[in-house]
Amino acid sequence: MIVGNFPILAVITPLMAAPIAVLLRRPGAAWLLALVVTWATFTLSLVLLGQVLESGPIYLRIGGWDAPWGIEYRLDRVGGLVMVIVSAIGSVIMTYSRASVEKEIPKDRIYLFYAMYLLCLTGLLGITITGDVFNLFVFLEISSLSSYVLIALGSNRRALTAAYRYLIMGTIGATFYIIGVGLMYMQTGTLNMSDLATLMPTVIDSRVIHAALAFLTVGISLKLALFPLHMWLPNAYTFAPSTVSAFLAGTATKVAVYVLIRIVFTVFGGVVILKNIPGVQEILMTLAIAGIFVASAIAVFQDNIKRMLAYSSVAQIGYIILGISFASTTGLTGSIIHLFNHALMKTALFMVMGAISLRIGGVTITDMRGLGRRMPWTMAAFVVGGLSLIGIPLTVGFVSKWYLIKAAIEQDMLLIAGLIVLGSLNAVAYVWRIIEAAYFQEAPKNAAVAKEAPLSMLLPIWVMAGASIYFGINATWTLNIATDAAEALMSGIIQ
Amino acid sequence: MQYIHDHFNYWIVIVLMMTGFYMVIAHKNMIKKIVGLNIFQVSVFVFYISMGKIEGGTAPILADGIDVYSNPLPHVLILTAIVVGVATTALGLALTVRINDSFGSIEEDVIEAAENAEDDKTSALRAGNRK
Repeated sequence: MIVGNFPILAVITPLMAAPIAVLLRRPGAAWLLALVVTWATFTLSLVLLGQVLESGPIYLRIGGWDAPWGIEYRLDRVGGLVMVIVSAIGSVIMTYSRASVEKEIPKDRIYLFYAMYLLCLTGLLGITITGDVFNLFVFLEISSLSSYVLIALGSNRRALTAAYRYLIMGTIGATFYIIGVGLMYMQTGTLNMSDLATLMPTVIDSRVIHAALAFLTVGISLKLALFPLHMWLPNAYTFAPSTVSAFLAGTATKVAVYVLIRIVFTVFGGVVILKNIPGVQEILMTLAIAGIFVASAIAVFQDNIKRMLAYSSVAQIGYIILGISFASTTGLTGSIIHLFNHALMKTALFMVMGAISLRIGGVTITDMRGLGRRMPWTMAAFVVGGLSLIGIPLTVGFVSKWYLIKAAIEQDMLLIAGLIVLGSLNAVAYVWRIIEAAYFQEAPKNAAVAKEAPLSMLLPIWVMAGASIYFGINATWTLNIATDAAEALMSGIIQ
Repeated sequence: MQYIHDHFNYWIVIVLMMTGFYMVIAHKNMIKKIVGLNIFQVSVFVFYISMGKIEGGTAPILADGIDVYSNPLPHVLILTAIVVGVATTALGLALTVRINDSFGSIEEDVIEAAENAEDDKTSALRAGNRK
């Protein structure tokens, strides 16, 4: 009985814990509660993914109402994988957060930070598991509203304007999404994803459905920061507290990508719309490539490393969307696996920035000088993450780029394959600037005395950095899930 | 003419939607932007409500003599969307208050100028450090 309720428990536990964290008020107690809850949700998601891999998708009828009428929770491979990533990052960052949060957030607001963090996690997990398009909107807004608050907690006053701009653009995105849902509902009379998928072929040629697709794509693209709709992202990641940057960089945009995959492939039957409706594939591909190059080029010239990583995120999202736009199993496998891999490495990199900002107080390129000797373990993790960002063999970045290039070659798009390699060279430029400063430049004489980051931060950083090496060497597990998930999504089987 | 009349609700929806959207994009004042965002969201509420309404239909209650019902589902969905909208507005206004406290203005161009000045100052400082 209790096992049958695991899907809902994974979402409800952090939701219930959030108000309890507010009632606890003491920073230490709130942290401990959040820690226990995040690790519990991680365990639940692992169990759920295990069940999905063993015996196929899990269905849960909320309140005992049958599917097209009631809200249905359903977890398949791709949802399960994203759920595991989100909850893993959520729990690792919670382990890491304490020292960083105590330094960057005023003491009387810390308990609110943990409450918001748990709410954000609720929203993100809910998105991965729901089988209902309107329920998805509600979770999207739960996670978005709490992430605006989390960003606004940053100590610089510009965190406030960054949060405000994110709020405006995020709300426009979410509203576009419900307009799209409304149009779909007008044509099909259902909100359930599987039901929509069965009814969609009969109405796919109507103009209403085309308009719905346009609204949904633009709305979700705003949330996932597809170039040129990424304007909110750099400042939000730069001025948010370090813990929040690390958490959002690894989860929020990835979950939005998952929503796009879900809508395009499950609801609209993917291949049909990408191939048959003229322009869709070309537009996505062009924007993805443009994003990779423009954002990488901007990243090279950033002095603030958090901002540099933020632009690099926009570029990496380009790679993920590029994989989707191929509309082939290999391309989609590449996207799903890059979604997983990029979450690992970007979280590790932002966590390194949090540790440096704790010890040095700043994260500009001048602060990095000579850090290789003063914080050897922290900087070593940065090097691992950076190499993975470039896509060096034996790191996760290599596996995903390999699949994307393979997908391009399969479709005889040699130009695109060349551009992917060229884009990776761009990453060399911005990653190298920091490695050069950290290892080949002397620390300035008046530099702050920096010691190695505390173990409570180093350990989680190295869990993430280690994972991005481990899954780069032994990618069988992730690749199997990604390939199976991609095949299921491509064949349009509702599962 | 008949076409316009038949789709009267939807015309209103489009007018409201574009008005709100334009306000969000064009206005520099942060409060006015939020007002625009609200109008934009309200247009979607009207859209959902019109979609579920059937002329002459009543609430879906089983009773004698009633056989035309409006679809209650879109109406219920919009209750949720209204709650989300209220939360967004509250948060947006709260942020505006905090922005006014720390920047002394809620005009985007004034704030942008202050932010750019801050950027210039830090980069000048850094150039000084390098010497």
